[in-house]
Amino acid sequence: MPSMYLEMIRIRFLMMLAYRVNYYSGIIIYSINIGAYYFLWDAIYSGQGSMGGLTPSQMTTYVAISWMARAFYFNNIDREMALEIKEGKVAIEMIRPYNYLAVKMMQALGEGIFRLLFFSVPGMLIVALFFPLTFPNSWETWGWYSLSLSLSFLINTEINLITGVLTFFLLNNEGLMRAKRVVVDLFSGLILPISFYPGWAQSILHFLPFQAISYLPGMIFTGAMGSEQIGGAIFIQLIWVVVLLLPLYLMWIKAKNALVVQGG
Amino acid sequence: MNSIEVKDLTKEFKSYRSREGLGGAIRDLFTREFNIVRAVDGISFHVKKGEMVGYIGENGAGKSTTIKMLTGILKPTSGYIQVNGMDPHKQREAFVRTIGVVFGQRSQLWWDIAVQESFRLLKKVYKVSDEQYQSHMHEVIEILEIEDLLNRPVRKLSLGQRMRCELAAALIHNPPLLFLDEPTIGLDVLVKLKIREFLKELNARYGTTVLLTTHDLSDIEALCQRVVMLDEGKIIYDGELQELRENWGGGKSAAIEFAHRMEIEQLNVLTGHLPIRWEQENPLKFKAIFESNEMTVSELLACVAPHVEVKDFRIEEVSTEEIVQKIYQKGFTYA
Repeated sequence: MPSMYLEMIRIRFLMMLAYRVNYYSGIIIYSINIGAYYFLWDAIYSGQGSMGGLTPSQMTTYVAISWMARAFYFNNIDREMALEIKEGKVAIEMIRPYNYLAVKMMQALGEGIFRLLFFSVPGMLIVALFFPLTFPNSWETWGWYSLSLSLSFLINTEINLITGVLTFFLLNNEGLMRAKRVVVDLFSGLILPISFYPGWAQSILHFLPFQAISYLPGMIFTGAMGSEQIGGAIFIQLIWVVVLLLPLYLMWIKAKNALVVQGG
Repeated sequence: MNSIEVKDLTKEFKSYRSREGLGGAIRDLFTREFNIVRAVDGISFHVKKGEMVGYIGENGAGKSTTIKMLTGILKPTSGYIQVNGMDPHKQREAFVRTIGVVFGQRSQLWWDIAVQESFRLLKKVYKVSDEQYQSHMHEVIEILEIEDLLNRPVRKLSLGQRMRCELAAALIHNPPLLFLDEPTIGLDVLVKLKIREFLKELNARYGTTVLLTTHDLSDIEALCQRVVMLDEGKIIYDGELQELRENWGGGKSAAIEFAHRMEIEQLNVLTGHLPIRWEQENPLKFKAIFESNEMTVSELLACVAPHVEVKDFRIEEVSTEEIVQKIYQKGFTYA
């Protein structure tokens, strides 16, 4: 079983490699994004010592690492599923002796690893040349961050799979997928760290899975979290990984029975 | 031993209607009207191991829907279905290991990567051992002549090349049952012939059961002894292809061109004792329709040739295509 999934990851990696030039332009776009946010936050801080639990240099690092992490956890699996359903290609997936969702997860991982190696790491190095970033100085923090980032990948991909499976029922899912993308970017703390939201909004966001995608790993990386807080953050992420499996599983069972293959 | 057993199999779809105009569109947001469409309506049949069966019908007759139920993609609305001793939809993951499927209109190869990478992945997916793969696929690759295509990305293959690769991909795990849904659609004659030959050999060597849907009846003539014919979701004929021809073909006929003008009465006199009906096309050309299968061509010639000069003589047999066309136009009354 695992060798098949390894093969899936490898194939997706090869496919991404075939179109790698697309990614060099992506690095520039992300760098410009990071630059824009850097100057924005620079202006907001304007000499103040600390806001929302972050110092200006921590904020710069938070912005950079959040965007580069996004390159890793972000994927278009939901769009791919929608397309496969729309074009009837899902029929081919159903005649293969594997679990469709697990395969999609593995494809997302192949894509993620590719982006991590060819996008996030070189991108982070380039960004570090231009902006004053502070990298964690202990291996321990790097370790926690890696774990946290893996979990954020899982949570984000589970959300994508749920969105994708909804296409089985809705057949046209475009609006929902767009809304999801904005919601994830906004509520995950990518655009604005959760600690900057008003208190009532924060208390709501703490009950949603999105903060576990970007905010928690970002805070670990910047060193704004103490070690006991890190444990709590990882625990919250783990809970979401498990909790999101349930609706995914139930929806998948319904979807298989409701499947309509479009176009002959 | 049966490969496929199907009893009273039915599949219904909801078909939504759109109301007219803006007001209708708004009402559609809340409640939608729908019709229940029976794509497959209570069909029963079985296929023995090692049989090659042609499954034919017009567009929308329910062929593809049946195939999708037999392969576990769709869940039947009702009825009994057992393929390779399993329930295709309920035991999907175990079941699909025992079948191979080729959809002529959908690729199962990965578009952007080389064919052999797809094969390698499928080999892992079906857990085929290296030895099995070597012994079996080596042959398949050789017969289908796709050796040179293996390192090319699928998007750079022609349709005929791709189709041969698709067929090979469906056989990686050497399944005992093969579903082919319009495998020769859009292919040229040479590729068609190659694919047919390959399927025959596969059937002879491994006893692979084949269920084939196609619009090209020459595929069926070349491969299948038995046809199942579908119309509006119901089976209207299930039996030997030969029998279908005999019942519906209306026998042989001969087109004869004489050197001189002839009258139908003269011909009737000459062949009066034979079960033959004459039709005139022009003063020189006539058509002799054989009304009995026992009568031979030489009997006809023996009566005519000594008395009249025959310039041209051609036996005409009704093609399966014409037969099927006839059945769909007039409706089937035999079954």
